[in-house]
Amino acid sequence: MQLQQAIQELITKMADDELVIGHRNSEWTGLGPVMEEDIAFSSMAQDKIGHAWALYRILQESFGGTDPDQFAFLRNARDYRCCHFAEMPIGSYEFSLMRHFLFDHAETVRYQSLSGSSFTPLQHLAGKVKGELKYHTLHADAWIIQLCTAGKDSRRRMQTALDDCFQLAGGIFEPGEGEDLLIAEQIYPGEAALYQQWLNNISPVIEKAGLTLPVLTAPVYGGRKGQHTQYLQQLLEEMGEVFRLDPEATW
Amino acid sequence: MQTITTLQAVYNSLEHVMDPEIPVLSVLELGMITDVKVDIEGVHIKMIPTFAACPAVDIIKENIKNAVERDLQMPAFVMVDKEVNWNSNRLTNAAKEKLRDFGIAPPARHEGEVSVDLLIKTNCPHCGSENTYLRSPFGSTLCRALHFCRQCGMMFEQFKPLS
Repeated sequence: MQLQQAIQELITKMADDELVIGHRNSEWTGLGPVMEEDIAFSSMAQDKIGHAWALYRILQESFGGTDPDQFAFLRNARDYRCCHFAEMPIGSYEFSLMRHFLFDHAETVRYQSLSGSSFTPLQHLAGKVKGELKYHTLHADAWIIQLCTAGKDSRRRMQTALDDCFQLAGGIFEPGEGEDLLIAEQIYPGEAALYQQWLNNISPVIEKAGLTLPVLTAPVYGGRKGQHTQYLQQLLEEMGEVFRLDPEATW
Repeated sequence: MQTITTLQAVYNSLEHVMDPEIPVLSVLELGMITDVKVDIEGVHIKMIPTFAACPAVDIIKENIKNAVERDLQMPAFVMVDKEVNWNSNRLTNAAKEKLRDFGIAPPARHEGEVSVDLLIKTNCPHCGSENTYLRSPFGSTLCRALHFCRQCGMMFEQFKPLS
């Protein structure tokens, strides 16, 4: 695999993760358990989709890709590179909250490493995004600790959510084909290094919350190769429904 | 000489382009303008959004273009500057004062990195009390957080510090 192609794959998987989890976050609009949470998930949805757009824009400008809107909405499911974790339906509030915690810490680690990338467009974007992500992890950490220390039933439910999420979260770090090249060219440090750093970052919060960190035995891979859950197709149909009515429309 | 006069006129014009979400602050006070150049084609202005996903960017660009073209009777070209990232230290002191008067707590100055403490320790813009707590790091717009003042019993918003 050529370096150029490997960079595009890296950007595509990051952007697709952000787009899809952004859409999932937006599904809490109007449904949050308290108004602040409704607002928080809606704001995070806006951030994620904005970051996805900025990444698609890099694909367009640096690699002659298509318009970000067209690329976001008009591909077939097998051409998306998001992980299964991002695709899963919102489920219970504790599932969504735990996913947000695990996912946003993973993103933080990724963007922190990219802020030293040799690929300038990513380096520049990462400098901005990592500052914004602080609010996401601050929000996640605060709620994880609060709910885990709010009584037995509450902590049991948070532990179940963590157990349900953990193998899926491992799928964020599915190794890619061109990774050695990306590491050699100092584009980013590779998935295994990000996974280790992620564990280091989430462990103190997990401990403070009194949760037990599961062992990663069967990370859910496939998304980075275009193999997806049934939920992605449903999500894409809903997300692109209006866009497909008139793809040429100016908004 | 003429260029200097024109540049000054551009800045005068920009002073009246307000942020759609915080209408008491101009794009200059928010530190959103990174470069202004005048040449034979017209006025070239570079600007940066506060948050990457700010939905108001296109409206702000349009407002800048319209104001400058109206005031200077010259074509104006507005671009997003990709070399510079916005951070909350770009807000002028006058802007922070206006924010407070508007009922929004201004962001504290940071030294390159924003710590959790910097976000949490926020004085109430209504009564000035330090006895406040963070309700949520997300508010009515991407650039605001929600706080509560124990002293006066009021909810208030804060313009988030950003590194």
